[in-house]
Parts: sequence; C-alpha cells; structure tokens
Amino acid sequence: MSVLDAKIPEGPIKEKWTNHKNNINVVNPANKRLIDVIVVGTGLAGGSAAASLAEMGYSVKAFAYQDSPRRAHSIAAQGGINAAKNYQNDGDSIYRLFYDTVKGGDYRSREANVYRLAEVSGNIIDQCVAQGVPFAREYGGLLDNRSFGGVLVSRTFYAKGQTGQQLLLGAYSAMNRQIGKGKIQMFSRHEMLDVVKVDGKARGIIARDLVTGKIERHSAHAVVIASGGYGNVFFLSTNAMGSNVTAAWKIHKKGAYFANPCYTQIHPTCIPRSGDHQSKLTLMSESLRNDGRIWVPNNLDDVKAIREGKLTPTAIPEESRDYYLERRYPAFGNLVPRDVASRAAKERCDAGFGVNGTGEAVYLDFKSAIQRYGKEKALVTGNHNPTDTEVLEYGEEVIKAKYGNLFQMYEKIVDQNPYKTPMMIYPAVHYTMGGIWVDYNLMTSIPGCYAAGEANFSEHGANRLGASALMQGLADGYFVLPYTIGDYLADEIRTGPIPTDTPEFDAAEKEVSDTLNKLINIKGTKSVDHFHKRLGKVMWNNVGMARNESGLKEAIKTIREIREEFWKDVRVPGTTQGLNTELEKAGRVADFLELGELFALDALDRNESCGGHFREESVELDGEQKGEAKRDDKNYKYVAAWEWTGDAGKSKLHKEKLEFNDIELKQRSYK
Amino acid sequence: MSTNKDMNLILKIWRQKDQKSSGKMVDYKVNGISPDSSFLEMMDVLNEGLISKGEEPVEFDHDCREGICGMCSLYINGEAHGPDRAVTTCQLHMRKFKDGETVTIEPWRAKAFPVLKDLKVDRSSFDRIQQAGGFISVNTSGNTQDANATPISKYNADKAMDAATCIGCGACVATCKNASAMLFVGAKVTQYSLLPQGQVERKERVLNMVKQMDLEGFGNCTNTGACEVECPKGISLENIAIMNREYLKASITKED
Amino acid sequence: MKTSIARKVSMALSAFFLMIFLLQHFAINVTSIFSGETFNNLSHFMGTNFAVQYIMQPILIFGVVFHFVMGFILELKNKGARNIKYAKNNGGANSSWMSRNMILSGLVILAFMGLHFYDFWLPELKIKFVDGDWSGVLEGETGLRYFTELQHKFVNPIRVAIYCVAFIFLSLHLLHGFSSAFQSIGANNKYTRALSKFGMAYAILIPLGFVVIALFHHFNHC
Repeated sequence: MSVLDAKIPEGPIKEKWTNHKNNINVVNPANKRLIDVIVVGTGLAGGSAAASLAEMGYSVKAFAYQDSPRRAHSIAAQGGINAAKNYQNDGDSIYRLFYDTVKGGDYRSREANVYRLAEVSGNIIDQCVAQGVPFAREYGGLLDNRSFGGVLVSRTFYAKGQTGQQLLLGAYSAMNRQIGKGKIQMFSRHEMLDVVKVDGKARGIIARDLVTGKIERHSAHAVVIASGGYGNVFFLSTNAMGSNVTAAWKIHKKGAYFANPCYTQIHPTCIPRSGDHQSKLTLMSESLRNDGRIWVPNNLDDVKAIREGKLTPTAIPEESRDYYLERRYPAFGNLVPRDVASRAAKERCDAGFGVNGTGEAVYLDFKSAIQRYGKEKALVTGNHNPTDTEVLEYGEEVIKAKYGNLFQMYEKIVDQNPYKTPMMIYPAVHYTMGGIWVDYNLMTSIPGCYAAGEANFSEHGANRLGASALMQGLADGYFVLPYTIGDYLADEIRTGPIPTDTPEFDAAEKEVSDTLNKLINIKGTKSVDHFHKRLGKVMWNNVGMARNESGLKEAIKTIREIREEFWKDVRVPGTTQGLNTELEKAGRVADFLELGELFALDALDRNESCGGHFREESVELDGEQKGEAKRDDKNYKYVAAWEWTGDAGKSKLHKEKLEFNDIELKQRSYK
Repeated sequence: MSTNKDMNLILKIWRQKDQKSSGKMVDYKVNGISPDSSFLEMMDVLNEGLISKGEEPVEFDHDCREGICGMCSLYINGEAHGPDRAVTTCQLHMRKFKDGETVTIEPWRAKAFPVLKDLKVDRSSFDRIQQAGGFISVNTSGNTQDANATPISKYNADKAMDAATCIGCGACVATCKNASAMLFVGAKVTQYSLLPQGQVERKERVLNMVKQMDLEGFGNCTNTGACEVECPKGISLENIAIMNREYLKASITKED
Repeated sequence: MKTSIARKVSMALSAFFLMIFLLQHFAINVTSIFSGETFNNLSHFMGTNFAVQYIMQPILIFGVVFHFVMGFILELKNKGARNIKYAKNNGGANSSWMSRNMILSGLVILAFMGLHFYDFWLPELKIKFVDGDWSGVLEGETGLRYFTELQHKFVNPIRVAIYCVAFIFLSLHLLHGFSSAFQSIGANNKYTRALSKFGMAYAILIPLGFVVIALFHHFNHC
C-alpha cells in the first residue's frame, strides 16, 4: 500500500457515507467549545464550513485576505448549482449526477467522493433556501431549473446570472450570525503565511495583518484550508486579482501532498485580451453557445483585412466562413464540452485565423439565431410577411430577453454592439481541478489539516462540469467537513488550549518574517507583475490548452530561470510594516513560481490526454476520432500526489490508484 | 470601435500614509493609456511607473475586476465609480475619458468608512450591520424542510433577488451627501421581508440593523436619490421606503 | 426620536402637517382676489375662533418649530457623517439641486417667515393682546380690517419682490419635499409615480398661487 490512504469506507457505494457518518467519532457538545478550529478562506467552502462548525459549538477563527468574507471569488460564479432533486421529473437521480460527474471528469476522480457529493447535493438546496437565498422560481412558486453544460437533465438551480453571489451571501449571512454571537472570530484583511506543526499535527497558522503588517500567531486544534484555486499562475485568468495558491502551497511545503496540479479548466467563452495592459479576463456564460455559432474566416486574406480594419465580419459571405466546430463535430456542433471547444479555438488561432489585433479571438455569431427567432416571433405575433428589418427587430428582442445582461457587459468592455456585429471570444483559464490531496475525510496528508472546495483535488477529476464548483464548495463546507473533522477532534478533547509561545511557533514566525524581509531587501529593478506576466506567458504557451513533452521541459527550465531572477531582481517598494499590496503580491508570485514548475512537471508525467489536460502525444491516430484526445487508462488511472522535497522540480510522486466499481470507463466522443 | 489612440492623463490622487496620518491630493501624469483598458488597468500602469521610479505605488481596493465582488471603490471626478452608469470602477473603461483630461481620484468619504491608506477604506461597518441581523437563524442540517415545501411567488422571489443583488461596495454611502447607508441596509431588510423564511425575525431584524447602522455613524437619508443613480447594481430607492415601513411597523408592534 | 428612521419619519409627518396648513392658508388667501368680504369673514373667524387660536395655532407653531429644529439637527448630524469633504463632487450628476439644498431653501423660507410674522402676525398679536381689541374693526372704519391691511402690505414693490422670491424657494423646497415625505414614511408603491406628479403640481401651483395673490394686490390696491 502506498503512503496514500484515501480511507474510503467499506461497503456498497450507496451506503458508504451513511455508514461512515454512523461510525466516526463525535465530540461531546460541552467539549466542542474548548476546541479551536482555524478556517483559512471564507468563500463558499470556507464560509460554509466556518458557519457550520461554529453552529456545532466549536470556537472558530476565520481568515480572509479581502475586507469581508462577502468578497471571496465564489461570488463571481454565474451559471448555477447542480443538485439531484429531480424536481423536473426528467429522470435525474443521485446516481445520474454521480455518473455525469465522474464521466465529465474523464474518469480521474474518486468514485466514493463523487457519490457523496451527489448524495448531499439536495441538502444544499434545502439549506440555501432556508437561509433566504432567492433562487429563481416558476410562476407556481416552485424552484426553477435549467439544463447546463451539455447534460441531459435540468438540475441546475440558479439566481439570475449571480448564483455564486447569492450562495456566498447565504454562507456569509450564516457566518455573520455566528460572528455576532462571538462563535466565529473573523480576521479579514489577514493572510495566512504558514501552517504551524507541533508533533506532526497542524496546530496553528502564522498570519499577517495586511493593514498593520503585524505578523500574528494563531493556534488551533485543526486547520482548514479553503483558499480556492490557483488559476492565477497563468497571470491572465478569470480568477480575481488576489486569488492565490499561497495558503495551499504553504501547507504543501509543510507536508501536504499536492494532487494533479496540471488539471486546469479553460473556459471557451471569455472576452479576448485587447492588449498588454490587460489585467484579467472576463467570462461570459457558457449559455451563449446555445444560440451563437462560432467561426473564423476560411482564408487568411480576410483575416488580414479584418485585423487592419479594412473589412468587417458582417461583410464576409457565408462561403468564406469556417464554422469549425460544426465542421469537426457535426453531432454536438457548437455545444461540445468546454475543453474541446477551447482547444478547437486555439487550433484555429494558432493556424493564423484569429480575428483581432492579438490574433487570439474567434467570432461567436448570433445572426442566424436572430433571424430564426425573428421569423418565429413574427409568426407568433401574427405578422406573416415580415420585412427583413422587422425580422431583425423581433429577433434582437428575443436575444435581448435571453442574454441581455451578457450583451450589455460585452458592449461595455469591448465597445462593440454584439447585436450588430459578431462577438469575439477566446478561451481563458477558469478553474483548477487539481489541488491539495485529501482523503475521504478531506484531511490532507498533514494530520489535523483539512482542505475544502477548489483548494482540494477531490471531486472533479480531470474536468469539471458546469455548475458543479458551487455544489462541491458547499457540500464540503456544510455537509462533509463538519462531520469528518469530529472524527479527528474527538481525540483532541484533552489537549487543552494550544500555546503559541512554543519553539514551533517561534520557528514558523521567523521563517515568515525572514521571507518578507528578504523580499523587501532584494531591491531589484523589476516589479512583481513583470515576473508574474512572464510566468503567465510561459504557462499559457507551454502548459496551456495543449501540452507536449518538449514544451513542458522548456517550461520547467524557463520557470526556474524566472524564479531565480525573481529572487535576485524583484523590486518590492515600501516596508514590511503597514499596508503594502506589492509585498502581498510578491509573496504570492513567489509561490506561483514554485507551483508553476510542479504544474509543468505533473503535466509532463501524465502522458495521456484526459479532460482539461491535453497531451499532443496522446491522440487517436486513426478512425472517426482521429486527432482527438486519447485517455490512457492502463497507465494513468491514478491520482498524482506530489510530495515537496525542498525543490519543486524534484518533488516526489505518489500514486493513488483509482478504482471504478460502479461505472464503466468509456472514451468520450462528440463527433 | 473606439479609436486606438493612446491617451495621456493628469491624475489628482488622494495620498494618505495610514489611518492616523492626514492626507493630501497629489498630481501624477500617466501616458500611453489604451482607451480599451479599464480604469483600474490605468491605475496599474500608474503604479508600474511609480515602482520603476522607486516611489510607493497608490493603494486601492480591487479584486474580481468583473463587477461583482464589490471590493473596488474610488470617487472619480466627483462620482462614485466614475461617470459611467451601472458599472463598478473595474468595469469603467478609459474610453469614457478624453485625452489630456484631468481626473480626480478620491477614496470613499464617510466617517463610518475611515481611510486605511491612500484610496483604501475600511468598510467593516457594513459587516457589523449584517452581523446585527442580516441573516435567517437556521443552523446547517441535512433535515431542513425540502426546498420546494414552501412555494414563494415569483414576483416576491424576483423582487427579493433584485434587492439581494447588492454587492456591498459602499457607493451609496460614498455618493450620498449625508453618507447614509440606508440603501444598503434597506436592500437587505427588503430581501428577507419578502421571503417566508425571513418572517420569524422580521421585526428584530430591522430594529437591530437600523440600530447598528446608526451606531456606526452613517448619516440620515434625505431621499436625494443619488444612491440609486450611482449604485452599480441599480438597487431601487423603493428598498429604503420598504425599510422605513418595516421599521415603523416593527417599532409600533414589537412584542417586548 | 433616537434613531435615524424615527427622525426621518417625524420630519415627514411635520412636513405633511405643514403642507396641509399651506393648502388651507392658500385657500383663504385666494378668496381675497375674488371677494374682499369673504376674505375678511374668514380671516376674522380664524383670528378670533377659540379652537383656531388656542389649539390649532400652538400646534402649528410647534409643527413649524419642530420641522426646522429637526431639520437643523439632521443637517448637523449628516454633515458630521462625512468628516472630510470631497475635493471634487459632482452632485448634479445624480440628484436634483432641490434635494441637495433643502437646508438652503428651508433657511430662506424661515427668513421669509420672520418677515411674514413681522408683517402680519406681530401686528395681530399687538392688536389683540396688547390693545385688547378683538373686534376686527379699525377705529373709525366700518368693515373688517383684514383685507385693507393685506392690500397695504403689498404696496411696496420691494416687499412684493421678497415675497415672490421666497415663494420660489418654497416651491423648490416642496419640489423635493412632497415626494420625499411620502418616501420617508415608506409609501413607495404603484401610486408613487402618480403621486410624484401630483406633488410636482402642488409644489408649483401653490407657491405660484401665492405669487399671483401678492402681485394681484400690488397692482390692484385701492
């Protein structure tokens, strides 16, 4: 047996979680208040965990780098949250949600974890409604659902295009109630900079007060890391500017294994980069692909003319357009999964057909949808001989009703009217499926240290389905962690308060202060962003949507060079005292520079194409699927859990074999 | 499509070392700003320039840069989130400004939002108002009633959603001549008052939240309507009227 | 009166009272254009009726004083809620001048009330309480004195001009105040749009009516 024990309970998959809950230890209510739990990150996973743990009676300390838990990037999720409620009577079930998630993850997730996720999904909706989350409703007053991300049932609950916001505000309100009662001590504008281990167990953290610059020690009987994903290793992503890997990376360096770092989701419908000034990318809901047709010109002269502003896309005749998704995937067309759509866009742009100044954009055209809807609506309104202008007006009305807010957002950012000229889109890094390795109890390989939400690796395998991120975050925080953490804490009731004036805390604090001082004292010539952008470029070009051996090796080499240069030549203005955003950024980028290398190393190790990870070496060589991604279950049906050895490039690989007893493995096909 | 001619701007920016220091307006020049960049990306360019000159960059709050987290602020040319409507500062684009223009950038100003440094302010007063009652007292459990057990009319659900859209950025306070937080508080009170789940604590909620709002030192609403205009999410003034009504009803009929 | 909303509502309630009073004041004054006699009779009734003098009038005085004292308190508190002013503030971009300057229009109205009291109320007090004359008839005259007094006051063009300016400020005050008072007591519903139109009509027509009355007597005094 490897060092990785996933602790998956025995028994049939349907009974594992129930049996496990029945058998694990619980902490007596009177003892709970004597036990401290630190929660780092207060998004959906951390916020819901902090609230639930405090409700149960634990003394919780919660940390957020923003000024309030309500700012966490969970807030930006638009589409919705899945739950196997079967309210629409379309045959949905726990098993079907489980099956879809495992299949969508390209068979690289742990069956038992996913089944549990599907099992508690319904409870999440009940809980959120009870909290006053205003989900969309039908006229009868019952909850509305929509279908999302190409699945065959309608199981997605939503609150306009702001589902993440509403769910986060729900968790935030639950936290507020506990903060008001003094059960949660909230440390906002605080950043965790290290975990403190005592006798091998996680016993606290070192955090920096971002306003005063003071380094603080906080002790606890358990530490929960819910600090989100690390998509910002690409510099440009749809993540928030502050989203970072630091908390996860610090525990990794103290012994928590990092699993599948290379699994990244790249979302196909983002607004393209407009120039080098760009600081982040904006996502537009995937639902746009239901009505938009994706194309580029089929000859390079037109592309050139467009880029020079001599030609407008609307002037290009049908026969000069290449609707490449419809061409390559006649069965699914524009609705192929995210990874397939993203790679196809990259393929066209790499071939020189990108339609904006940066060469990284394709068209998403609503003209035929406007025509189709316009004719329909004309008929419905009794106008049997509509003029072309009338058809256009009717059609635009329908599109406006469906996507009005997205079109408005696009127009604000790009300054083009998407009703009149096709939108431009390009893929962008959106979510990271990889993360801290955890067992079935969500405990990392450090005893007493847990990871929840996007920060862990567990549920999405190599690719995440739409509307599943919110589900996982809340499942972990509301319904999994509060139970499983008791199993560990039951042994801690005699520990008593943990002192912070111990050599372990001294050492950890010193290490943190030394690093900060070192960053300030380099006094080099280039800004933090300079290095972050360079890292991002390498990641995007070599470790992005399509990866190959030579590119990955080159990336590893280049990232090491950038890292070395960073530690010699970065300029961090100001001091360690007081508010210093550049210092915060420097610490985060330093961690990204290490993670980036491990990321590439993992991608190099996994010589198969699965989900969001595409290796050019691993494609179907002939037949109908020629050129498509080829998964290699024989050699790569494992979770790659990396152990820190002092150097990202020399990390040690541990493999957790994945067993599939309830699902048959199949290759995906969208032809 | 905007013309791609880069812009040069003069910036007048509030600089303040920390909470205790007094601050002042300082002039800066930025050149070569793309009209397609966002206002915060323009600030990034300014800061890159300052860092390369060895000066301290301007601190400002921001995070998601897509208009939903509510972190970004800035009072630009006398308006919260700048001259554009229904956007946050991160969604404001430089094409809304003219080449050569002088742009004044200040932090949110309110006694309840003290400046931390430069353009960053402390909005924890909003959190404390929420902690006073901005929640429904329901513990996490797998046994709450089924989500569809209590139907809610679509009208009320949609209206609650409109109120819940608030991102807590504080533009309403910043723009209000009285630095009043009533749009923010009103939106939260309204959301819960429209939902069946919110009924049990309806009275204490509004009384407690208003009490905390007053304690924080926000001003009083005089119905100028400026908050509604500047709110990036278009939260309606009606929410304040609803809060007033809720408050009156609660003060008259409260049990103890 | 301890919380912000209680103050705001009390401001609105006193405003409603004053707006009703204003309407009544106008209704009586406007008769002076058509019939001096009706005006005289109404004025005499108002000036000598026990209920009006000893119940309504003190309430009115309390209402006026309350409204402006509370107005000052709120203004001071609100000023204090922003201890550092903006270097640049573009209030016109998001709110009306009237709504931002209620204290200014209020002060003009207050100053005007000083003049108005000096013109009418103080002489009334002198006649009634110092001289003890409750007859409403001047010595050596036959009819009631009120109409004549009214006309005399509007001979002086400067006074008429001051009155007109004051009424313009009253109008500005009402243009915001009317709908604001409804919003304050929580009346924002499907009738709001119609109500705000009515409010605008009230805010313009009533002060305009007073202006017309003043000008009428200036140009038509006998």
